[in-house]
Amino acid sequence: MKIYVPMDSAAKALGADEVADAVRREAASRGIDAQIIRNGTRGMVWLEPLVEIDQGQGRIGYGPVTPEDVPALLDGKLESLGPVDEIPWYARQTRLTFARCGVIDPLDLDDYRAHGGLAGLRRACGMSQAEIIKETTDSGLRGRGGAGFPTGIKWKTVMEASAEQKYIVCNADEGDSGTFADRMIMEGDPFTLIEGMAIAGLGVGATRGYVYLRSEYPDAIRVMNDAVRIARQEGVLGPDVLGSGKAFDMEIRMGAGAYVCGEETSLLNSLEGRRGVVRAKPPLPALEGFLGRPTVVNNVISLATIPVIFEKGAAYYSGLGIGRSRGTATLQIAGNIKYGGLFETAFGVTLGEVVNEIGGGTASGRPVKAVQVGGPLGAYMPVSKFDTPMGYEEFDQNGGLIGHAGLVVFDDTADMLQMARFALEFCAVESCGKCTPCRLGAVRGVETVDRIAGGDPAAVDLLTDLCETMKDGSLCALGGLTPMPVMSALTQFPDDFACHKEAAE
Amino acid sequence: MLHALQDSYGYVPQEAVPVLADELNLGRAEIHGVISFYHDFRKAPAGRHVLKICRAEACQSMGGNALAEATLRKLGIGWHDTTSNGTVTVEPVYCLGLCACAPAAMLDDRVAGRVDEARMDKLLNEAGA
Repeated sequence: MKIYVPMDSAAKALGADEVADAVRREAASRGIDAQIIRNGTRGMVWLEPLVEIDQGQGRIGYGPVTPEDVPALLDGKLESLGPVDEIPWYARQTRLTFARCGVIDPLDLDDYRAHGGLAGLRRACGMSQAEIIKETTDSGLRGRGGAGFPTGIKWKTVMEASAEQKYIVCNADEGDSGTFADRMIMEGDPFTLIEGMAIAGLGVGATRGYVYLRSEYPDAIRVMNDAVRIARQEGVLGPDVLGSGKAFDMEIRMGAGAYVCGEETSLLNSLEGRRGVVRAKPPLPALEGFLGRPTVVNNVISLATIPVIFEKGAAYYSGLGIGRSRGTATLQIAGNIKYGGLFETAFGVTLGEVVNEIGGGTASGRPVKAVQVGGPLGAYMPVSKFDTPMGYEEFDQNGGLIGHAGLVVFDDTADMLQMARFALEFCAVESCGKCTPCRLGAVRGVETVDRIAGGDPAAVDLLTDLCETMKDGSLCALGGLTPMPVMSALTQFPDDFACHKEAAE
Repeated sequence: MLHALQDSYGYVPQEAVPVLADELNLGRAEIHGVISFYHDFRKAPAGRHVLKICRAEACQSMGGNALAEATLRKLGIGWHDTTSNGTVTVEPVYCLGLCACAPAAMLDDRVAGRVDEARMDKLLNEAGA
């Protein structure tokens, strides 16, 4: 009998370690010969800790399980959720990037191979650099970190640059609120990120890779370090990748708690051991990146999606999605939501379907007021825009951005003026200080919102003007996009700004 | 190097700055600049345990602010402060990636989700605050 108890931090945060201890203890006292596997999460966070039992007839799910439930669980008296693969929330997904996450033992390379792992890398080993780039371009994959830049074009630039040394840098500084896809895949299927980075290395001719991983994710850091060590022992990484004669190796570097280091040039400075201030572009990191050498900087999900593209082919991947948004979006449904978690599906599903049908509405049971899509720099979308399909251009046309595809739901108790103030306060704390619109603008912005709250009618125009300056004059997305949540709150929810005015009058 | 120093001493001592500057052939101002840039590096030792409470949007949507305020009030301290018995330092954190089970907190390296006042009291008890 196999018993799966997730070791994902969301599951642990809800008591999975205590459940695993109880399973071990109770199984021993009953003389049950059980193999306990600590898997990643299936992404159904509202069911965590989700325990699965496999007695040879498929995996049956139970959840959420408490340590007190464990005796009944082992005696077969606990009500089950049925086969996990058939739970509707899970079954209706198109799981490609996350196909193995929650299914396999994250650090068992044989289990990884048995579920299609390394097939993509093996195929890439037999391809020329140009063929690898073409496959990536043809897949239509765009940067999943938020910017949506075509991955293949970025790789081509690096491939064509001539240099003694090139680098692959994975941006795992997932600091946006409402996002956890990077953490989940690194904890639940770390080899897929390693494989994706190795394919990128072969494609552009880079032999070294780094994962810049935020210090707020101690569990992910542990799993990734173990996975890199195992991959090296097994010849997936090293001087002779899978016997191809080509070299690629990588290491994990830990951040130190600076949000702005998720911006690629600031990340590179931090990786070099400097202050994480933003660099002016050009030069592009693709030409002068880490240590001044040509560097691919990609988000975790972009790189972790590469293996399945090479396993199933570019045409298969690009066959999914809408418009110029090809493949799958790894939606992270969070905040005040009944069924929160990670939901992977083809681009094109509407915001309303995600929040109401998939997410089941708010956890509090109150009406939805706003959904912030794409992290702290994303717009607050009102219910009137719920027919917007998930797609880069589609969101852009509706005054938002899809970002890393994280959604934070708020019920009608949310005060949008306070949310706008928080966005500016956050920008002020996290600004790297290099450019004035962001460094000073954020501080003045907080003061201006307070003036609106105090009933100053002139302050609204001033805030609008300030946001324009920040948007146009900032070097990077932190200053440039902070106006997005502020202005969307102001224009979509004017009542929250007006009532303060009236109250003051 | 700074992470290693903080791991060993619990903070990055001022005395380390000239040593690092010398070793790396950099100015003291540059070393100071790097240390002061990052939220993680401390100038003084923290309490025996560090409690991080998430202040980001997803946790706010589930009452994270009220939880944080109540906790600080109970302990009688502000953000970044340490309780008078030296057991717990409370720090803000912007997102622990536990947004689908908000509000979230982390006691040392241990994460906790759907934290209400009872759960927080339990955490504080364990920490000896």
